[in-house]
Amino acid sequence: MQMDRRTFLKMGGLGLLGLMAAPVIDVLLRSEPARGAGTSSGTAAARWALVVDMKKCWESGGSACQDCILACHRAHNVPDIPDPQEQVRWIWKEPFEHAFPEQRGRAESLAGKPFLVLCNHCSDPPCVRVCPTRATFKRKDGIVMMDYHRCIGCRYCMAACPYGARSFNFRDPRPYLSTANPAYPTRERGVVEKCNFCAERLADGLPPACVEACRYGALVFGDLEDPRSPVREILRTRFTICRKPELGTRPNVYYVVG
Amino acid sequence: MYDSGKILTGLLIFALLLTFPVWYHLGRATPPPEPDLNTPVIAGLAKKECIEPAEYMRAYHMELLKTWRERAVRSGEKTYVSRDGREYPMSLEDTCLKCHSNKSRFCDQCHNYLGVQPNCWNCHVVPEEGGR
Repeated sequence: MQMDRRTFLKMGGLGLLGLMAAPVIDVLLRSEPARGAGTSSGTAAARWALVVDMKKCWESGGSACQDCILACHRAHNVPDIPDPQEQVRWIWKEPFEHAFPEQRGRAESLAGKPFLVLCNHCSDPPCVRVCPTRATFKRKDGIVMMDYHRCIGCRYCMAACPYGARSFNFRDPRPYLSTANPAYPTRERGVVEKCNFCAERLADGLPPACVEACRYGALVFGDLEDPRSPVREILRTRFTICRKPELGTRPNVYYVVG
Repeated sequence: MYDSGKILTGLLIFALLLTFPVWYHLGRATPPPEPDLNTPVIAGLAKKECIEPAEYMRAYHMELLKTWRERAVRSGEKTYVSRDGREYPMSLEDTCLKCHSNKSRFCDQCHNYLGVQPNCWNCHVVPEEGGR
């Protein structure tokens, strides 16, 4: 085949141009994939949050009431391990000094009072940042989720969480379940677990189990980005506090104390 | 050759040990797996078919479950649309185990035969198998 220099250069130039155009055409032709398909039946939100009205809890429920804790642990097959060092907890009571250590000795009226604590589903979660396998991740709706399939049990997240909201399965949890909920999986030895804001119930349009279980309405759940949501109503009208705000994790669990 | 007797005996023993799995199982063929589809839910189905064609499920159910687990847990998706347009919840409990409620006579059949040990059941609860 014969080709003079002029034709060769022309062809080469055209070829180069074509190569440069390919990515542009690619971007132009790419159609947006359908987002959110299949999630229509559940409740969607931009940022889930929980308000715990401790005043209501102390006044109506008292220290004996464990409804929310039992409902949560039953719904999620959380084992009841007697050894405090190996306990698994998603939601539990902690004295004021432990829940708000920076306030120790400052609020006399709250000294020693039990506070309901759980995962804060932080807006800037340190546990997510340290997870080497991305087993724990932040969903678009603000929930800090665990993918137990990926957890390798390194417990970095437990070290990173300033709220102690995570538990490690030191042993097979199954023998410690009194009643197993077949609709929700258990965990196995060697994974970390924590509260998931009842993501599985939200997907079905149900409120979290603890919120549903509270007879006194001390737990209020809703979307922080929705100005008409019940949580926003409380945050507007009442004084609320968060745990360890000085750490900048921006918790999404709020407490009403008075 | 020095010590040929010892060496040959040793070699013979070694060869026997090496081929142990072969002759130990000679004439004792493991029966091929027979996954049992006889559950009340399946018996009640008008059209007995899985969410995708059986050949596909047989070959790729593990791949399907893996994508389900990623999509359901990580992307928060709920519904699987099969290739012929039917919709199913992406859930081992709510979809697979509703029909295949007989793990020991369905899942375990092939898994045991092939010596695979899927770790699904370490966490997912096996449905109770009644005497059928």
